[in-house]
Amino acid sequence: MNDATEVDVKAYADTMAKALGLPLTAEYAPQVEANLAVAFRLVQLVLDFPLPDEAEPAPVFAAHGGEA
Amino acid sequence: MKDWTQEPAHTIAEAVRSGQVTARLVAEQHLAAIARRNDLLNAYTDITASRALARADAIDAARAQGQPLPPLAGVPFAVKNLFDVDGLVTRAGSKINRDHAPSQQDATLVTRMEAAGAVLLGALNMGEYAYDFTGRNAHDGNSLNPHDTARMTGGSSGGSGGAAAAGLAAITLGSDTNGSIRVPASLCGLFGLKPSYGGLSRAGTFPFIASLDHVGPLARSVKDLALAYDAMRGADPLDPVCTGGTAAPVTPALDTGIKGLRIARAGGYFTRMGEAQAFAAVDLVARALGAERSVEFPEAHRARAAAFIITMIEGSALHRDRIRARPADFDPEVRDRLIAGAMLPGDWYVKAQKFRRWFQAEALKLFSQTDLILAPATPTSAPLVDQQTFVLDGQTLPVRPNLGIFTQPISFIGLPVVTVPVWPEQGMPIGVQIIAAPGKEALALRAAHWLESQRIVHAKPAS
Repeated sequence: MNDATEVDVKAYADTMAKALGLPLTAEYAPQVEANLAVAFRLVQLVLDFPLPDEAEPAPVFAAHGGEA
Repeated sequence: MKDWTQEPAHTIAEAVRSGQVTARLVAEQHLAAIARRNDLLNAYTDITASRALARADAIDAARAQGQPLPPLAGVPFAVKNLFDVDGLVTRAGSKINRDHAPSQQDATLVTRMEAAGAVLLGALNMGEYAYDFTGRNAHDGNSLNPHDTARMTGGSSGGSGGAAAAGLAAITLGSDTNGSIRVPASLCGLFGLKPSYGGLSRAGTFPFIASLDHVGPLARSVKDLALAYDAMRGADPLDPVCTGGTAAPVTPALDTGIKGLRIARAGGYFTRMGEAQAFAAVDLVARALGAERSVEFPEAHRARAAAFIITMIEGSALHRDRIRARPADFDPEVRDRLIAGAMLPGDWYVKAQKFRRWFQAEALKLFSQTDLILAPATPTSAPLVDQQTFVLDGQTLPVRPNLGIFTQPISFIGLPVVTVPVWPEQGMPIGVQIIAAPGKEALALRAAHWLESQRIVHAKPAS
């Protein structure tokens, strides 16, 4: 689904722009779509990498404030 | 009359302390050089001449009264225009932020540099909102490389690179989220220090990606980086990420050489996708340092991808309201990336932040056997100012996002890096990253200082 070659970035951009109220004019659309295609391609490298359910994200909240 | 714009910061400070030159003359010479050359180079967007001269006069008066002078006495410095400067609008490279009221106080690091005797000359051009590796700016004009004005400075701290390389300031401050100190240091032939994440206070700077933002100095000598770092280190309650930096000052150990340092070069990812000059520079530095081993940052290509995704999503979140309300007022090269970033799913972000922790743990293992790791800073030397694409390993790629392919995986996990400049016999310089474990800035600076003392690497002002 996330493979950039399979995703219709134009349809995705149009739908998301409408849903989120983003300015997607004819002038902006080609480069927005190009950037989306790069993102879909690169994120596959992240999503494909197996991590356990217990994996913690890098930022760690500390209830006492400051560093964890 | 001696031209003090050509001298490194530590030489200027020694001369001011000894009475060889007044801080006022040093400031006046730099202001004159800015007046002469800034129209071409576009390094400065704001010049604080009266503040600089008043500050210089105060230093000269202190000396006349026999007071001891601090380490950076009379050293002219300037800051990327995302640092707050009292009385200036913090434009952060944008048109939109020019509508903000002027700052009413200085950023923490500006205050600390002045407390160490440095003299603020002004604020420097940058890529809009720091989302940039080129130094191009649609509003203020492009920063041009002083060593060849047909070429870019690199960015996003473009004016910081241009000003330091041209002798329009002895030290400049920049920010580095994915490479924005190290890329212009490489392209402008400078030394640059990206400290550990949280090492220097970001308070009073306009943010970009809170997870990844660093600040640090660029200069024409390693000793100047060390002096600036020591002047700025220390915890800051105004920046919750800032832990105070290294446990001890870094300057005292600078001259202790490289004996005992375990140095390796980065293999795998860091040996592909660059021009021959980038790898020849690493070879030269590795030979000089006796670095024969290679170590591999595992899955570095995924680290770069994760940093890219975090940047798109956090950047778009920061600019959410502006991108809806005033899209036409953005630099088009930035706007279109931000609009795309606003469309990305939340699970991408969480997975990228989880991968970041995994990658950090793996990278830290390398430092049980190694003190320093060498890698190219940029895939090429400075491209032409308007160049849109380059060819790396046979692939035609856009310049703007790909100048940072070697810097991005390293800042992703907050490792400290000193970038050192290597000059070919002819042509433009290129940088090598000396990467250390968190908090070990002193080791990278030691190695860089030794390389400079051997003339393996050096910076030179472009006149």
